[in-house]
Amino acid sequence: MQTQNQQIKSHRLANGMTIVGEIMPWLESAAFSFSVPAGCQFDPQGKEGLANFVCEMLQRGCGKLNSREYIERLEWLGVDYSSSASVYHTHFSGAMPASNLYEAFEVYHDVFRDPTIPEDQLEEGRMVCYQEVRSIEDDLAQRVMLQLRKRQYGDPRGRWSQGSMESVAALTHGDVLEFFNRYYQPDGLILSVAGNIDWEQLVTKTEALFADWEAKPVDSIEDKGSIIGSLHIPFDSQQSHIAIACPCAPYSDPDYFLARGSIGVLSDGMSSRLFRELREKRGLCYTVFASLHSVLNQACMVAYVGTSSERAQESLDALIEQLLELEKGVQEEELDRLKVQIRSSLVLQQESSRSRAGSIAGDWFHLGRARTLGEVTGLINDLSAEKLNEYVQANPFRNFNLVTLGPEPLELKHGIPSASAG
Amino acid sequence: MEYRQHRLDNGLEILAECNPGAHALACGFFVRTGARDETPDVGGVSHFLEHMVFKGTPNRSADQVNRELDEMGSHSNARTGEESTIYHATVLPDFQSRIVEVLSDIMRPSLREDDFETEKKVIIEEIKMYDDQPPYGGHERIMAEFYGAHPLGQSVLGTVDTVTGLTPTRMNEYFQQRYSPGNIALAAAGNVDFERLISDAEAFCGNWESFPAQRELVPVQPRSGFVTMHKPESTQQYLIQLANGPSSQDEDRFAARVLTTILGDDSGSRMYWEFLDSGLAEAAGMGNYEYDGAGLIMTFVCCAPEQAQENLERMKKLQGQAIVERVTQKELEQAKRKISSHIILSSERTESRMFSVGAQWLKNNDYKTPGEIAAVYDAVTLEQVNAIAQKFPLVENMTLCVGPEAELFAPA
Repeated sequence: MQTQNQQIKSHRLANGMTIVGEIMPWLESAAFSFSVPAGCQFDPQGKEGLANFVCEMLQRGCGKLNSREYIERLEWLGVDYSSSASVYHTHFSGAMPASNLYEAFEVYHDVFRDPTIPEDQLEEGRMVCYQEVRSIEDDLAQRVMLQLRKRQYGDPRGRWSQGSMESVAALTHGDVLEFFNRYYQPDGLILSVAGNIDWEQLVTKTEALFADWEAKPVDSIEDKGSIIGSLHIPFDSQQSHIAIACPCAPYSDPDYFLARGSIGVLSDGMSSRLFRELREKRGLCYTVFASLHSVLNQACMVAYVGTSSERAQESLDALIEQLLELEKGVQEEELDRLKVQIRSSLVLQQESSRSRAGSIAGDWFHLGRARTLGEVTGLINDLSAEKLNEYVQANPFRNFNLVTLGPEPLELKHGIPSASAG
Repeated sequence: MEYRQHRLDNGLEILAECNPGAHALACGFFVRTGARDETPDVGGVSHFLEHMVFKGTPNRSADQVNRELDEMGSHSNARTGEESTIYHATVLPDFQSRIVEVLSDIMRPSLREDDFETEKKVIIEEIKMYDDQPPYGGHERIMAEFYGAHPLGQSVLGTVDTVTGLTPTRMNEYFQQRYSPGNIALAAAGNVDFERLISDAEAFCGNWESFPAQRELVPVQPRSGFVTMHKPESTQQYLIQLANGPSSQDEDRFAARVLTTILGDDSGSRMYWEFLDSGLAEAAGMGNYEYDGAGLIMTFVCCAPEQAQENLERMKKLQGQAIVERVTQKELEQAKRKISSHIILSSERTESRMFSVGAQWLKNNDYKTPGEIAAVYDAVTLEQVNAIAQKFPLVENMTLCVGPEAELFAPA
């Protein structure tokens, strides 16, 4: 592994903002992500979509820059930027030639500390948010995934940030200002930076820009209303979209890598079980996968298959069969292949400042620290078929949540209890 | 970085951009064949063959191919387009010889009947998957409308009917016409041992038999018009326009890309301010597609159906303004900065370097470093960009509207 020289450093400002940096001197670029703890968990009932609307309005001018000058400034600096709201954060990210990093930070300083939030552009901003709500409707696979997450996690953890046409219509300029003033604050903010950077300079510049930002800590909202069972969304489509979930060890759990390993055997690579059994041997589908999705101290295994309606029940049965088959154990050679694949992916991450900035931000959020690639490699190397088999026997996939979209509803067989649901 | 090149006696080109400091190595076989090289009765054969390449050889079963690619931890995949088919993998440098051996072996596939019928079902699922996704077969439809009977108008995936009708024999005939070593390059980038790459290619591909595989270049006659595909289940309306653009060989292609960055980039462009900042569209932009002897510029807008008619008018106005209202020096400089930053960011990934090496060979038998490419863009002048707007008028286009709105009209 060429990871021994990896340098990850962190620094906490007095106001609760944390900088996590990874120094990658072989790159010409740098990437950053401000994860502001102003996620859509704080959207009031009936005003879903507010965090996302605030995120949109913040990019319509700041400091001395009007909305057009703001975009032009970022582009002049070569920043490939993006922003989005998630449950716990609103993220402002970018990648660029490393030499322009701090000039980009100056722009983001003004976004957070001196935004214009122009009232005369409120309707344009709302139109953008409407478009985002509508775009979900045409992405059928995403629709089943969002419904599944909502049922699995309950509210607000299972929310999506866009809200609905009705809730976005209800938002006012006052709502935007109130949300911004309450939740845009540094306590719990993670600034992750990776690339060709000098650590001391990063700390000095960040302190200079953000140290005087006053903390206004806020508690997370408690989750409620998780639903286990089956939901079918009738839709006249060519394919049925099938997504199932069940609880799993989260990223912060000591058993996480065992869970990750078991799902990897199912879905990582072309020799993985789901690809081999459903696609290669039976030709049931083009897309099939399973993945592990963590949100803080909760996580689930999510599996998806998209297939012709007439073969949808057969595909769901085959998918469940493979999930249940796992508890009979994994082979040493399956695990060996998985380990090589994960190690290879870790090395490839070192080619991308953006990918590492994302990884260390996620680590910090889930663990309160960032794992080095060497540490992750060690954890992967420690996995054995014996430990994995003990784990899958003690933690078999159960309590499936099923969401389907397509012409016909489907049934969970194999004696898996399916609670009724709306 | 050092660029190396070698040709085997049977015509196979070996190309590599060697970077000893890279963490990884990427390599791939780039074949000059795709949908435009098919006859209509075997529509989709190039893409189906791409799938069958992974289904085994006289030396390996399909299972073995997949297992070995995973044992190396490779990130491997394949893609088929109008005029190329690419098989590629990224691995750690230790696996260089082994990945070249496996990729070389699968390039001579068995095309076994059983595997063929199973994979046919997978392809049909893939066709149905895209039929459910925006723009719901709209890309295939507008290419056919724009290019008419020209082979560039043929669908890459084919249809359920043409794919159902394919046989291993017909596929093998196509293979025998197109997969000549003289029509293929093995391109590599990253931490590559070039001498070993040559000797491995010699050992694994040296016995591939050579035969003529020229592409017959028929001149294109792009068509203009206005077509609607009614899709009541769709929420949004998708507006797509194709206009004539520079080909892969045309020196105008760099200035044309600068022009479409100014007009249609997803941030900060004229379309961005017209459609995205205002919320009049969910997505809007332009893209350049360059082919052998032909090219096109695509303009697209995705919006609410009730905004579609007005947006069609806005698209026409913006395209017309590109001709009469000249691009400014400020717009030009902004676009160049953006392109330069994009080149820096993408060149850090070994895989994207391999694609650049292979794609430059496919298109022009050429190679430029990222720095040289950036310099070409930097040298583009305002006069050149404004000349492109005149030479390739975007208002003369084929328009396709897909979505719930059935009654849309070409703006006057």
